[in-house]
Amino acid sequence: MFRFIVRRLLQLIPTLLGLSILLFIWLRRLPGGPETAILGERGTPESRAAIRRNLGLDEPILIQYGRFMKRMLRLDLGVSTSTRREVTTEFLQRFPGTVELTVTALIIAIGVGIPLGYLAARKRGRFLDHASVGGSLIGICIPVFFLAYVLKAIFAENLNWFPSSGRQDPTIGATRVTNFFVLDGLLTREWDAAFDAIWHLVLPGIALASIPLAIIVRITRASVLEVLGEDYVRTAESKGLTEAVVRRRHVLRNALLPVATSIGLLAGSLLSGAVLTETVFAFNGIGAFVAESISNRDYPVLMGFIMIIALVYVLVNLLVDLSYSFIDPRVRVR
Amino acid sequence: MTITGGKKREKLDRLAELSVRDDERGASLWQEAFRQLRRNPAAIIGAVILTIFVLVAVIGPFLVPYGPTDTIGIREGVVKSGQGIIPGISGEHWLGYDHQGRDVFSRMIVGARQTLLVGVVATMIGLAIGTLIGGIAGAAAGLGGRWGRWVDSALMRFIDMLLAMPSLLLAVSIAALLGASLTTVMIAVGMVSVPVFARLLRGSMIAQSGSDYVTAAVSLGVSKRKIALGHVLPNSLAPVIVQATLTLATAIIEAAALSFLGLGNPDSATPEWGVMLADAQSYLGIRPGLAIYPALGIIITALGFTLLGEAMREALDPKLRK
Amino acid sequence: MALLEVDNLSVTFTRRGQRPVHAVDGVSFSVDAGEVVGLVGESGCGKSVTSLAIMGLLPKQRGLRIGGKAVFDGTDLLQLDDRSRRDIRGREIAMIFQDPLSSLNPVVPIGRQVTEVLARHRGMKGEKARREAASLLERVGIPDPTRRLKEYPHQLSGGMRQRALIAMAVACQPRVLIADEPTTALDVTIQAQILELLKEMVRESDTALVMITHDLGVVAGLCDTINVLYAGRVVETAYRRPLFANPRHPYTVGLLGSIPRLDAGRGERLTPIPGSVRDLLPWADGCAFAPRCERQIDACLGEPPALVPGAGGHAYRCVNPAPTPGSVPAPRAAAADTDAVPSPDPVGTEVPSSVPAETDAAPGPGPVGADGKEGPA
Repeated sequence: MFRFIVRRLLQLIPTLLGLSILLFIWLRRLPGGPETAILGERGTPESRAAIRRNLGLDEPILIQYGRFMKRMLRLDLGVSTSTRREVTTEFLQRFPGTVELTVTALIIAIGVGIPLGYLAARKRGRFLDHASVGGSLIGICIPVFFLAYVLKAIFAENLNWFPSSGRQDPTIGATRVTNFFVLDGLLTREWDAAFDAIWHLVLPGIALASIPLAIIVRITRASVLEVLGEDYVRTAESKGLTEAVVRRRHVLRNALLPVATSIGLLAGSLLSGAVLTETVFAFNGIGAFVAESISNRDYPVLMGFIMIIALVYVLVNLLVDLSYSFIDPRVRVR
Repeated sequence: MTITGGKKREKLDRLAELSVRDDERGASLWQEAFRQLRRNPAAIIGAVILTIFVLVAVIGPFLVPYGPTDTIGIREGVVKSGQGIIPGISGEHWLGYDHQGRDVFSRMIVGARQTLLVGVVATMIGLAIGTLIGGIAGAAAGLGGRWGRWVDSALMRFIDMLLAMPSLLLAVSIAALLGASLTTVMIAVGMVSVPVFARLLRGSMIAQSGSDYVTAAVSLGVSKRKIALGHVLPNSLAPVIVQATLTLATAIIEAAALSFLGLGNPDSATPEWGVMLADAQSYLGIRPGLAIYPALGIIITALGFTLLGEAMREALDPKLRK
Repeated sequence: MALLEVDNLSVTFTRRGQRPVHAVDGVSFSVDAGEVVGLVGESGCGKSVTSLAIMGLLPKQRGLRIGGKAVFDGTDLLQLDDRSRRDIRGREIAMIFQDPLSSLNPVVPIGRQVTEVLARHRGMKGEKARREAASLLERVGIPDPTRRLKEYPHQLSGGMRQRALIAMAVACQPRVLIADEPTTALDVTIQAQILELLKEMVRESDTALVMITHDLGVVAGLCDTINVLYAGRVVETAYRRPLFANPRHPYTVGLLGSIPRLDAGRGERLTPIPGSVRDLLPWADGCAFAPRCERQIDACLGEPPALVPGAGGHAYRCVNPAPTPGSVPAPRAAAADTDAVPSPDPVGTEVPSSVPAETDAAPGPGPVGADGKEGPA
């Protein structure tokens, strides 16, 4: 088991190396050259020349790459041209928000998606089934940012049920511990702060959950349908087991396997969606900052954040791969 | 003996007639699939939507009442976006004016063409590059021996790197390199779909390399290139077409997202539904229609492609055919 | 009254725009405690559907109609509600299925799949249940049962999986056991072992066993009574010896005649039944077997033949059955002459034909016995 993990981690290295090379090339190709990545577009010609010399851009590529990698490994990602703070700092400050949002979206997508998919499969051919399938097809086809705007317009601005922006009402004056607002509220027992943070997560969470929800419904439904036709479910029925036991131990335990794998693959769409959703709701997370840095041409941030996100994404995929061997006994390495 | 012989033959003829049934007549994969599709309501809806869309896109621009970039409203003094005045549906302007005084209806029609263009070009880019890489990798892995497997490995590593980023961020990175324009969006979205096609074709080629007919062909001395191009490739066509249809749907949506982020054409003169949708966000309070029309256009078109694509996938999947 | 009495059971599937399929078309048989009854026939004759209908395991679909009665110990199983069915299944009536690998839940350990039956019907939990499960596994001949409890189906061999399924079926000592082609998916050597095991369990606990199979060899060694099914109806029913010694229905004759024999001379061709199961007449139009039957006469068409009870409980559904012993039992008896003389019991009028060659040209797969592994009925 341990060897398996190590092997997978080692397989990761060439991919990461390749990524770093791609990033390095990407950096040098950015309009304005690598010095833009450090100075942004506003550097004067002198400072740019200084940087060029400083960076040793006249030196052979391999040496430049070496320096680049050294910087990366030191986690020195440069300084934001818009906020003048270190990129790493900006990231650490904002990522809790995105994590809370992503977790909320996942809870909604899984909590609604799996039961809905299961019911659609059980009541195949009836209204619920057609509605679920149709709904999920439409859900995939709605641009996330548009959905976010619609939700905001109707439920926040019009009906006033939910706040229309931000992570928390500043007038509450919540205490910061971890920067995970909900967690902070719970830790400091400031229940109103925690509740307010949750309330701010609802609308963006729903918008972000739309595509994962649709995908989960479809996959769950298809998987349950397939399992329901399997012989071992018939065996379970022939044993006279109660419907609840058959559903839990025989149907779901098998049907949810492919669903679990797909959840890992949803990380990508979640991250992409976060960029869009956070922007619409002015939700202070990584995504919104990435969007800002695009319009600000804040290349250090753009590059740094994309790198970190890619790294996280790769690790998440690895975790999902590994967890699969825990879930499915047939895959377990002896 | 003759009498009994004749009677036996009669009996056998009757038996032979019984054994030939309608459903046993051989049908190619495509004919079978088409027949199944014709009966599938989802496929029909999808096909209808697409036909309308393509017709509008191709013929529509010749029939529009106003020029899509003609800022009539401002000239007429009817549209004052700064003050929050944008007239809506009227007899002359079926969908009203937009924030720059242009006729929305005309822009929607012309936008159909632009949107179709974006979707098709992006998908074509992804398909061309993806199938090239995937095809080489798959052929190498299946038919090339040790050297082939090495080539496959290397190519797949490259593909994995493209997959190592969430699609939107990959698109953003590419777009950042190329500067903001519609072409950039097309290329960026296209590149995002490269890994999908590559994986698909490679998988198909490898699966077929192990099949009996390929082994037979190889042992007969047929050149590997002829096998790859003449037999394996055509057989892999079906899933690629299905995927292309589905990719078209997502391409349009992702292009809209990129425009929303400001990576599309900064000059919003050229109507494209994604760009129109992005521009309309600021005027949601005044005239939500400006966002709703292009959004509906995108959603319905993407839905059409998805319905058709999913139906095609079911029809062509040998496992599901019963 | 028998322990399980199936009376005129019918199962019909109707799909939109197609003719209804009468998978089971009026099947009746009965089983007593300690008796082994065989349901024999080719794939598609309805034997599996019969057993699934009795157990209430047919998936509920729109076009499904079940008729007739299946009376177990005085209660009609077909009229029960879901909860009562679940009470009876596994406890009073249990079933063993054909493919042991696909019939076991791949992600749940074997031990749990046994203890869940114990928990459900005997209320056994924890260590007590585990010990009982281990002893059950041992009883069915699985070595090192305690270790097996924690293993998963894919870690066991085919024979062991089927034994495990048998253990699950007998865990609560059911009074009726239905075995649906339990050995078809197994190697021949394992087949014999499993059949022996079933024989033992029946003897020990006086269980009634319904054996569903297409393999007459299995039936010969195991069953007391045999029902031969064709196209959803019983076409012949007899005790074991009379059936093999004196098959009356031409289909049974054909089945027996198509078994390759070790003592056949060299060069003797196999004699399959011409045509295939699809070449049938609906029972309403006459005898379903008529298109393939060489004893076909005009009386065979027009009206369905009735089940004629004969001596010693031997019944057959045929207006022109094969002759009783006394005439030659060769499979190719009297091809041509039967057209001229429609008679229900043409003893003595048969003249064995000498040329079987032409019938070999007939299309269709060889039935029973020619290939041991057929799909589920």
